Amino acid sequence: MQKYIARVLVSEEAKVIIDKIKDTHKNDLMFHQSGGCCDGSSPMCFEKGDFIVGGSDIWMGEVYGCDFFMNEDQFDYWKHTQLTLDVVPGRGSSFSIEIPMGIRFMIRSRLFTTEELDKLIPVITGEEYLAR
Amino acid sequence: MALDAAHEAFKSWSKTSPAERSKLLNKIADVIEENLEMLARIETVDNGKALRETRAADLPLVIDHFRYFAGVIRADESTISEHDENTVSIALHEPLGVVAQIIPWNFPLLMATWKMAPALAAGCCTIVKPAEQTPTSIMVLMELIGDILPPGVLNVITGFGPEAGKPLASSKRVAKVSFTGETTTGRLIMQYASENLVPVTMELGGKSPNIFMKSVADADDDFFDKAVEGAVLFALNQGEVCTCPSRILVHEDIYDVFMERVVERTKAIKMGNPLAEDTMMGAQSSNDQLEKIMSYMDIGKKEGAQILCGGDRAGLNSGLETGYYVQPTIFKGNNKMRVFQEEIFGPVVSVTTFKTTEEAIEIANDTMYGLGAGLWSRDAHELYQVPRAIQAGRVWVNCYHTYPAHAPFGGYKKSGFGRENHLMMLAHYRQTKNMLISYDKKKLGFF
Repeated sequence: MQKYIARVLVSEEAKVIIDKIKDTHKNDLMFHQSGGCCDGSSPMCFEKGDFIVGGSDIWMGEVYGCDFFMNEDQFDYWKHTQLTLDVVPGRGSSFSIEIPMGIRFMIRSRLFTTEELDKLIPVITGEEYLAR
Repeated sequence: MALDAAHEAFKSWSKTSPAERSKLLNKIADVIEENLEMLARIETVDNGKALRETRAADLPLVIDHFRYFAGVIRADESTISEHDENTVSIALHEPLGVVAQIIPWNFPLLMATWKMAPALAAGCCTIVKPAEQTPTSIMVLMELIGDILPPGVLNVITGFGPEAGKPLASSKRVAKVSFTGETTTGRLIMQYASENLVPVTMELGGKSPNIFMKSVADADDDFFDKAVEGAVLFALNQGEVCTCPSRILVHEDIYDVFMERVVERTKAIKMGNPLAEDTMMGAQSSNDQLEKIMSYMDIGKKEGAQILCGGDRAGLNSGLETGYYVQPTIFKGNNKMRVFQEEIFGPVVSVTTFKTTEEAIEIANDTMYGLGAGLWSRDAHELYQVPRAIQAGRVWVNCYHTYPAHAPFGGYKKSGFGRENHLMMLAHYRQTKNMLISYDKKKLGFF
């Protein structure tokens, strides 16, 4: 039985893409949720360690073997929602690693119920994550 | 290759006279003006925005920005100060070198111009990377103006972010990176810049409040009509603007009378083929953008925001069935909802009410961002005091969405740093050479 409820889930389609990218790049991956304009409000996928996380980031959990982060002030506005990492055809405009494949990771969201809020996976800061 | 060409060109371009650079920038402006209609149409095809906007806003602004920087570089002066009767300090401007400029897809030509014009005026050579969704219009522009500048001064590289943008931004051979985009990539570019110890400027979006004070509805006159339009400007460019006035803050006493008119005006927006003369709002730029907007419609509804109009894709016919059309949408809710906090980059606005001026300011500033804001009032005191209290780089007062070259534009807080437009922009592309000169024949006396 799962002890905690995950903050970030992943769709089957996104899993297939993650496997493909891992296979091509021969490396583990990480996600950082972006904010702001253009390609903002979308999750960015990088080779693990390419994006340097720090004390202002929140580690929200592991998604299909990939660490998922968000900046703490953004997390403050997002923490009451459960995210699902999905993928759609498209063309982002950032450095996210999947873009040349003609697809884009995206986030779907739903509200946690009151009961769920007590059972969420504890988060740690990027600094604590690095010290693990 | 672009870097080699740019470095080679910089040797002579950096030494050209301001008069020469000014002449060439003016020439570029003239050529764009002669081809305005064609470029406006290409921009519309490239991006999906309505032709009436590219014709009346994007292209005229492009032309004016080149002329503005052609002008200011002629009047620009360095400084000199006499520290004492034998010591003189000269502060001269020198161009930074070869710079990298990463352009967003929402105003492909205009955003490119915002970056190219001051860099070229300052004597820098530039490597421009347009967004992968919208490389067409800028390539056509290069064909038109390619022969005006010496080879290597202005270079465009196209390609995907991870394959073209990333190598450019992390290159040891660029003297500065200018970026417009979102926060994660902004941090990544700063990470590269920290390795290379080069400066960066960033414009990273916003969640701009548009505040309507009680006095707005004192009369049903031209000003009230202008304020209603000011609220509906969230739909300009399909909402794909970093400064999209995506939060309407309206005094509770005028909510009914004001929003009734805003909803009515929003419903009157005619969507259709972006190239049609009567189309007021075109299509979103890409499928992933459309999907993202729809995901926000979804979370907005789940969070309990009330839909005043729109709320779905626009089911257009006549061959536009598969286009990325979204109904202009107004949500009513509270400022803690995600549709009030995240940049949707679509024709979606969230409205909430306030009771006091203090509450309006508090809501306006309750955001990670601080790029644009709007303040509408008939009260002379509010017109000054409220904008000063808003943490944003640009506060439009009794207007919105104007972008003259002569007004500095940029962000507070997580919206970035550095400015675009205005002659102060030259400072982002130059460094200061200080010559500290002694006319004293006597030694210091230390040794």
